[in-house]
Amino acid sequence: MDNSVLLVSPSPHVRARYSTRTIMLDVIIALVPALIAATVIFGWRALVVTAVCVASCVISEWLFEKLCKRDVTVGDLSAVVTGMLLGFNLPVSIPLWQAIFGSIVAIVVVKQLFGGIGCNFANPAITARVVMLISFAGSMSDFSTKNDAVSSATPLSGGEMPSLLDLFLGRHGGSIGETCALAIIIGGVYLIARRVITWHTPVVFVGTVMLFTLALGENPLEHALTGGLLLGAVFMATDYSTTPPTKWGKVIFGAGCGAITVLIRVFGNYPEGVSFAILFMNILTPYITSWTKKKPLGGVKKK
Amino acid sequence: MSIFKLKGVHLRHCKNTAEAVPVRMEVPKKLVLPMSMHIGAPAVPVVKVGDEIKVGQLVGEPGKGLSSPIYSGVSGKVKKIDEIISVAGTHVTTVVIEPDGLQTVSEDITPPKVTNREEFLEAVRMSGIVGFGGAGFPTTVKLSAEVSKIDTIVVNGAECEPYITSDTRTMIDDAEYVAEGLALIMKYLETDKAVIGIENNKPRCIESMRRATEGMSGVEVKSLPALYPQGGEKVLVYHTLGRIIKEGQLPADVGAVVINCTTVAAIAKYIRTGMPQVEKCVTVDGSAIAEPKNVIVPIGTPVLELIEFCGGFKCQPRKILWGGPMMGIALPDLTMPVLKQTNAILAFDRKDATPPKSSACIRCGKCAAHCPFSLSPCDISKAYEAGDGEALERSKVNLCMECGCCSYVCPAKRNIVQKNKLAKAMLRNYQTSKQGGGK
Repeated sequence: MDNSVLLVSPSPHVRARYSTRTIMLDVIIALVPALIAATVIFGWRALVVTAVCVASCVISEWLFEKLCKRDVTVGDLSAVVTGMLLGFNLPVSIPLWQAIFGSIVAIVVVKQLFGGIGCNFANPAITARVVMLISFAGSMSDFSTKNDAVSSATPLSGGEMPSLLDLFLGRHGGSIGETCALAIIIGGVYLIARRVITWHTPVVFVGTVMLFTLALGENPLEHALTGGLLLGAVFMATDYSTTPPTKWGKVIFGAGCGAITVLIRVFGNYPEGVSFAILFMNILTPYITSWTKKKPLGGVKKK
Repeated sequence: MSIFKLKGVHLRHCKNTAEAVPVRMEVPKKLVLPMSMHIGAPAVPVVKVGDEIKVGQLVGEPGKGLSSPIYSGVSGKVKKIDEIISVAGTHVTTVVIEPDGLQTVSEDITPPKVTNREEFLEAVRMSGIVGFGGAGFPTTVKLSAEVSKIDTIVVNGAECEPYITSDTRTMIDDAEYVAEGLALIMKYLETDKAVIGIENNKPRCIESMRRATEGMSGVEVKSLPALYPQGGEKVLVYHTLGRIIKEGQLPADVGAVVINCTTVAAIAKYIRTGMPQVEKCVTVDGSAIAEPKNVIVPIGTPVLELIEFCGGFKCQPRKILWGGPMMGIALPDLTMPVLKQTNAILAFDRKDATPPKSSACIRCGKCAAHCPFSLSPCDISKAYEAGDGEALERSKVNLCMECGCCSYVCPAKRNIVQKNKLAKAMLRNYQTSKQGGGK
């Protein structure tokens, strides 16, 4: 027998079936219900904005990696996820060039300049949204649409508070992917069932917001169902690179996000605080991770 | 008792040969006996080229200190004494024997006289028995632990690696030998408690061992979850006795002797017959093997002959493993012999053998979440790449048993456990140089 065909590689010689790509694919699948809901609620433009964001994220990642002579990693689908999440965080009336600008910020500035997937410390979609919120304050808070039923300001920014059922189904003003609580919860349950994320961050995040708003005399259910809270708690506060991997780290992260969200919503100048809260906690992530690291079994402290 | 279950991974068991009663392979065309099939000093050849050899005859006597003797499993003539490259990649003196096919048994084979602890330990030493779990630690050293320190014998019947069923067959076919060997060990180590730990995916073994140990006081057969790496020494001690073996400690330091079930059976067989360790039951399986089976094979048989005995390859093999898929070593060629501690030879086709491409770490934390010892493998990789000895010391990488769970669960398919192994070596160098500098 010819020995040269024998492969010598390090153990283990079997690997789990999932990969970075299948995990990202699961996230995309989990985002589909919200995308469908957004198209129904806001019309076709919701789909167009999301598609433009996805395309510009993927293309800018490909171009940047080609320019830097790095391995092209668009196949891992993470840029698609970033694009979808950014699109979901924009109002449906956003000018498309602004959406493209935001995508480039997310991929090039926030992700690739720090070394690409896994190396960024801040969530690309969230950071890009915050940049856009400051750069294009007008169009980022213009929630008027051709659909009269939802062409109002978001409930949090002083619009009339719709019924709880309308809030749950997403029939109110807001960013493209954030309004339909039902669709986001379906996506979240799917991700937990597929073990892509654990329940800790989303449950603690939303729970903290409800608890704090209750304590401050506001309606906790309205706070849970409005703004980008659910979208942020399920899809952005659970990003691997930018949040703690440990169980207790996730709990602290979720609680911190919840507390800051309420502080901004109730006492701050912005009607909505989820993005800022997650971004702030992203910065604390390395510390939270090192506080909550498990102790090695049988480790002996050095004398 | 243990309060928490240690982490691990659920693997596809692939115990295809669990029902395959071991068959004895005829005499190989050539017997290759490396003088190092154990941890410690290599054995020293006591034969010359041209010598007539009989079955059970001493070929290599134990070297100084930690060592083990090596015997011939065939009768024939010593063809050459040579050096080969071992599975571990080191050069090792090797005696090559040309069998005559007659299998004449040496007249020296008589059951050893065992009446006290010293005679028992000497018998185990001269039996050539080493830990058959895979590490090949000379068993006599394990059993030489201070009697006052040991209170429990833990028999390892976990066999948590996929595919391998040689221990399974021992527990089904040789259950009475396991019980007999265990009784001997308990007698001479003066312990009255023993636990036989078996993964619950082997109900036949559990039943068989329960039946065999019926009436033995202090022996418990414990069914453990089938969670890799259940058979890791520290994991097994934790899950059976709830004791934590700390950094730098041996099982004896927490009052336990951990010993593989096939090793226990081999001790009983030797005490009964006097035939030393000259053959081994090996599982031959994998997607490229025509007829997977369990084979009792003379130690020293070249892997290729063993595979030919199992119908050869049914397709072009791409990877041959010495051991299980989680911790086994990929063989560079098929002239390597079966050793004492070989429990499986697996051959895989192109589809199963090609390693996935690794990509960047996405910091999902799965490696840390699945580490049985709660290490943080991705931090260890980082410290290793930075050459940071102090960070490696803090990371406790020296606790790593190299089970491979971290690499298995990694979605980016990074070779994390390989980095851990390199990091352990780096840490040793760092500590040696630090000690040297301090003086």
